[in-house]
Amino acid sequence: MRFLRQTLTVAAKDLRSELRTKEALNASLSFALVILLLFSFAFDPTADTTREISGGLLWLVFAFAGALILNRSFARELENDCLDALIASPVPGPALFLGKALANYVLLLGIEVVCLPVFGVFYNVHVAGQPLWLALVLLLASWGVSVVGTLFSALTVNLRLRELMLPMLVYPMLIPCLMAAMQLTTPLLAGQPLQGDLLAWMRMLIGFDIIFTSLALVLIDTVLIG
Amino acid sequence: MSALAVEGVWKFYGDYPALRDISFEVEPGQCVALLGRNGAGKTTLLRVLAGLSRASKGGVKVFDRDTLDRDARSSIGIIGHGIAIYDELSALENLRLFAALYSLDDPAKTALHWLERTGLERVKDGLVREFSRGMRQRLAVARAFLHNPRLLLLDEPFTALDDRAIALLQGLLRDALKAGGTVLMSTHQLREALELATNVVLISRGKLAHQGPRTQEMLDDPGYLYRTYGEA
Amino acid sequence: MRERILYGLGAVAAALLVRNIWKLLTGLPDEAFQGAIFRIIFFHVPAAFTSFTCFLCALIAGIAYLKSKNLKWDSFGVSVTEVGLAFGAANLISGMIWARIIWGIWWTWDWRLTSMLICWLLYAGYLVLRRAIEEPTERARLSAVMSILSFSVVPFVFFSIKWFRTQHPQPVLFGDGKMDTGYRVMLYSNWIPLLMFAAILVAVRMMQERRQREIDALRRAAHAF
Repeated sequence: MRFLRQTLTVAAKDLRSELRTKEALNASLSFALVILLLFSFAFDPTADTTREISGGLLWLVFAFAGALILNRSFARELENDCLDALIASPVPGPALFLGKALANYVLLLGIEVVCLPVFGVFYNVHVAGQPLWLALVLLLASWGVSVVGTLFSALTVNLRLRELMLPMLVYPMLIPCLMAAMQLTTPLLAGQPLQGDLLAWMRMLIGFDIIFTSLALVLIDTVLIG
Repeated sequence: MSALAVEGVWKFYGDYPALRDISFEVEPGQCVALLGRNGAGKTTLLRVLAGLSRASKGGVKVFDRDTLDRDARSSIGIIGHGIAIYDELSALENLRLFAALYSLDDPAKTALHWLERTGLERVKDGLVREFSRGMRQRLAVARAFLHNPRLLLLDEPFTALDDRAIALLQGLLRDALKAGGTVLMSTHQLREALELATNVVLISRGKLAHQGPRTQEMLDDPGYLYRTYGEA
Repeated sequence: MRERILYGLGAVAAALLVRNIWKLLTGLPDEAFQGAIFRIIFFHVPAAFTSFTCFLCALIAGIAYLKSKNLKWDSFGVSVTEVGLAFGAANLISGMIWARIIWGIWWTWDWRLTSMLICWLLYAGYLVLRRAIEEPTERARLSAVMSILSFSVVPFVFFSIKWFRTQHPQPVLFGDGKMDTGYRVMLYSNWIPLLMFAAILVAVRMMQERRQREIDALRRAAHAF
């Protein structure tokens, strides 16, 4: 109970400071829009072949935009040495981690909800064909991105070239999660229900979330306290 | 039960020992000045004491609990090099946040109480970013004291503070000591620290060089300590 | 003493390798469909085995370091990772040469090639991470975490890429890959010298790491005054 309250306190703190400055959010959203625009030059946006890779395009946009959010997550604690005050408080490392991961999760989902209709309009895709399944995929895959990303945000926070290091380490680690999300999103955007082989991807996504959430909770104290 | 028991603490950076077998105890009500040259290991030791860093060997007990134990931390208050206050939150939000993280009963009430005590209630809803340096420092002091810590660990507390914040901090430290609290502070400002201190701990090159009560000679001539116990 | 053991091991590995290559060139007939180039598999596959043995050792080293805080485990971890990367590169390059001759292309996004490339990138990330951390104890701690995470994602990578696409002769070890017993014996007997070779490289790298730690400690001691 106390754990949960501390988790939510940390999450609320992160969300409040982010929504007040909107630093990462603005940067991330405009970056997402720029990438969406750039993709339209790389692929003919109206061709059927583009529709076949729509899930891939969408998740690349989310992954790129997400890196900006994740970078800020622990970097925000460095100004004024706030991280020391958090670690020295009675808040357990896992609660601190989950709080920050939750805040990143909400921000990431927010960006996805904004980008999705924009993507639909630009690329002439009907995004709401399978709203419930699509929501489930977004929820599961974004959690995977948030958990792995927040852990690496903590891991790289004191490094030189932190902004470069985070995406370089996180993207290869996220390949299974992003690949599953891409595989699931493409048919959903085409309005097809999930069945057969696709459910295997869903299981993989759930497995990824469970394994990496547990690993992060086990390892976070080691990462935070040297 | 001692307030702080340091038991054979070693800290290695690679193969280099930054702290070598440091042991001492601090009884409740004592105010200890942690002295030593730059690079002697004062900050490293304080980080180990506060549980921000793990000892490579040995351990630290705070009121008989391991300092890495989360419950032990409710009784520790720290002031480090940074002010550890969020710029984009208001003064009230900052204090309420830390009150909630320490699971205090009524975070809002505690926060308001401390804003009054530090003379910041007038600007409680102002963002810290817009505060003057002195106001930020007073808020940082309030942040360290708001959960009524029984043990205060201060790293160079007087260095960055302005006069008003120093007066505030000294007043709060006197009150805390009178109420049976324990203070350990590293410092270069020998006069300010020694005036308050009941005991001194001197470390030199990562080793404990001297430990004992503060004596009149130290107060009369701060250089005395280094000449007597430090290396040339 | 230790050096003499290494020289001895090196001599045995070299002798085994020469014997194997001799047998490969004279004893084994060309494979019916692929011709002479098929012999590359006797290096290609053992290199992959060696590489994954190294990564498994890196996982063990990571866990052991976090448990014991003994920097020897960190030296072991970085050494096996580097050697694993070298053998991984050997695997990738020999695979590319084979693909160029049999399929006419250098690279194909087949599941095993792709997975190996991703693993290679993951562990290359481990080395980049180490470069960015100056303090040896912090470096050891964070890279141990990185090693554990990398190894945990490897099975996910393999399964996801496998589901994603399949176009490769079937696996040799698992599944229904058909291979003549003579070839199979040759494959494993070539793995042994490669493993010995890897062990020598790891031992040498660990000695370098130990000296590096000594130098670092002396430098810190010198700067402390």
